[in-house]
Amino acid sequence: MDATDTMAVEARRATQIAFVRSATQDPLPPPLSQSGAIGWVREHLFSTPLNIALTLVSVGLIAWLVPPLINYMIFDAVWSGEDREACLVTVERPVVGACWAFVRERLAYFTYGFYPIGERWRVDIFFAMLVIGIVWLAWLRAPRRDIGAVYFFVVMPVVSYILLLGWPAIGLYKVETSFWGGLLVTVVVAAVGIVVSLPIGILLALGRRSQMPAVRLFSVIVIEFVRGVPLITVLFMASVMLPLFVPDTWSPDKLLRALVGVALFTSAYMAEVVRAGLQAIPKGQYEGAMAVGLSYWQMMRLIILPQALRITIPNIVNSYIALFKDTTLVFIVGIFDFLRTIEAARIDPKWATPTTSTTGYAFAAVFYFICCYLMSRYARNMEARLATGHKR
Amino acid sequence: MKRVFALTIVAAAAAFAATAASAQTLNTIKSRGVLHCGANGTLAGFGLPDAQGAWTGLDVDFCRALAAAIFNDPTKIKFVPLTAKDRFTALQSGDVDVLARNTTWTSSRDTQLGLNFTGVNYYDGQGFMVRKSLKVNSALELNDAAICVQQGTTTELNLADYFRANKMKLKTVTFASANEAVKAYDAGRCDAYTTDASGLYAERLRTVKPDDHIVLPEIISKEPLGPSVRHGDDQWFDIVKWTHFAMVNAEELNITKANVDEMSKSDNPDIKRLLGSEGKHGEALGLTNDWAYRIIKQVGNYGEIFEKNVGQASPLKISRGLNALWTKGGLQYAPPVR
Repeated sequence: MDATDTMAVEARRATQIAFVRSATQDPLPPPLSQSGAIGWVREHLFSTPLNIALTLVSVGLIAWLVPPLINYMIFDAVWSGEDREACLVTVERPVVGACWAFVRERLAYFTYGFYPIGERWRVDIFFAMLVIGIVWLAWLRAPRRDIGAVYFFVVMPVVSYILLLGWPAIGLYKVETSFWGGLLVTVVVAAVGIVVSLPIGILLALGRRSQMPAVRLFSVIVIEFVRGVPLITVLFMASVMLPLFVPDTWSPDKLLRALVGVALFTSAYMAEVVRAGLQAIPKGQYEGAMAVGLSYWQMMRLIILPQALRITIPNIVNSYIALFKDTTLVFIVGIFDFLRTIEAARIDPKWATPTTSTTGYAFAAVFYFICCYLMSRYARNMEARLATGHKR
Repeated sequence: MKRVFALTIVAAAAAFAATAASAQTLNTIKSRGVLHCGANGTLAGFGLPDAQGAWTGLDVDFCRALAAAIFNDPTKIKFVPLTAKDRFTALQSGDVDVLARNTTWTSSRDTQLGLNFTGVNYYDGQGFMVRKSLKVNSALELNDAAICVQQGTTTELNLADYFRANKMKLKTVTFASANEAVKAYDAGRCDAYTTDASGLYAERLRTVKPDDHIVLPEIISKEPLGPSVRHGDDQWFDIVKWTHFAMVNAEELNITKANVDEMSKSDNPDIKRLLGSEGKHGEALGLTNDWAYRIIKQVGNYGEIFEKNVGQASPLKISRGLNALWTKGGLQYAPPVR
């Protein structure tokens, strides 16, 4: 065979192989049963017999519960009216859901309690200051958060105290705490509890792990004693027994008694939460800090507490949420907090209907849920932001 | 048991507190400038805040009458909402000057707890509510009926006693709260619901069709509700006692808020003595002679505050019954001013 023959064979072969792909072909889309909505449903909702059963039960529950709830809360609800007549079953309206007209009429009472009507602007300012403070501190890109901290922890408490309680010297007449009520009391009790309990809790936790026997003993006694008594008992003792043992000219304010009780109680729990965090920090961190010559407080402030507090965020927030809901217990001392004002209002014969009580409690549930959920979401964000070294 | 324990503590505490209750209550109130009144805060018709946060109720108006008699101003008053548990210590410790919180007058409270009941401003008692369709006209016909009741209360005990005394068979359905009990009754789980009669009228409004239910005439327990003060200050005891009597006397003499000015010109010696144009009956109490005039002018007579808070002018629409004047077949009777 000569060269030309060879070339001819090559050429013939080349014409037989019609096309050589030079780029990779795009992969085919996965089959429809594995992708998109159907695939997601198959994988997440119907992957195993157990999963199928759970899915069916859940769908059944939702179908059973949600439509009546929405009907009751929204479509069958009464939104406006003057008194109970508005929320009664009539021929034209055979089904009556939630009586929101009742909540609308009583909203001011739920917010301010007995606070004198002419002075309620003071409470409004307090709420506004509180919201500004929270946003300033919670919003990471807010300007000058250092000033925000001073504002929140120093300026605001002092100004609020003067504003809410009154200071006759500057023309704000005194509004005794027995006139406070509703949302105002709930917010004040929760805020004081939250702000006071963390520092005291940290101190108690450090005290409990201290090398100094006196400090340790004191911390242990405080924590165990306060934690070993139900909050109801603390409040009850403060309200019922205390006045009998002190002269009646020196009988502390009812709200103050409750505030001290709640703050002390939460601090004891907070101490144990923080201690758990302290114990989770490896010994090497302490030794390392000491090796570079830091003092005890420097070590705690710069090395240990930032790590310990970070890992205890879920527990701290847990305590805060529990505290927020425990504020309702102050009714034991005869203080009308948010829930108690609803309780009192639902008794009023002016609004006595079969749905009034349910509406009041539903409103309270929505309010407490929103507050607790916001706290919980914020904590989740903060965890995600700080968990740079531990993220799974 | 819990009750007994609480009573013991309070009784023991009463001994300590005797020092607090010096005979100076009136002076303390005057120098303080406000009357401290222990009230309920969550009982319709007796002590309850309205939409503006202002207190309303029969007991509340009683305290206003006291403030009117002392200060000539029914607003010089601070209401202290009290629970059933802390009401007596609040009075003992001086937190409140008078306790007007639908409190039943019993011998143990009057003696061991160191209280003085100043009178009865509402005769209450346990009653029954049934559906009209049941065609029952008397509690004695409730043999073998299922009865909804709140558990752990004296209501439950009274109910059992009544049925046993009348040799009837009792089926109780108990609930933790009054709210649940009424809901269950309304849903048809029981034939009757029982609680204090004043409460029955309020609960009836909470049923789906209030007109389908009636309150039976039988009252099976005695619950005389009245204001109380501490032992140890007879002057203050007299003032609180006569504030109630003044209002009852005013009703008996037909003196109302509207006509009190006209009535003060009357020639009737009873009216003259009550309103202070004759005699020095107010000064004898440590008040001014027009003390009763102030009460009636600013708060009203007993019938007026009854109708306004629990009677026909209120949603409760409770009939006067035992609380009518003695001249009209009730029990409200006041000694004369003379």
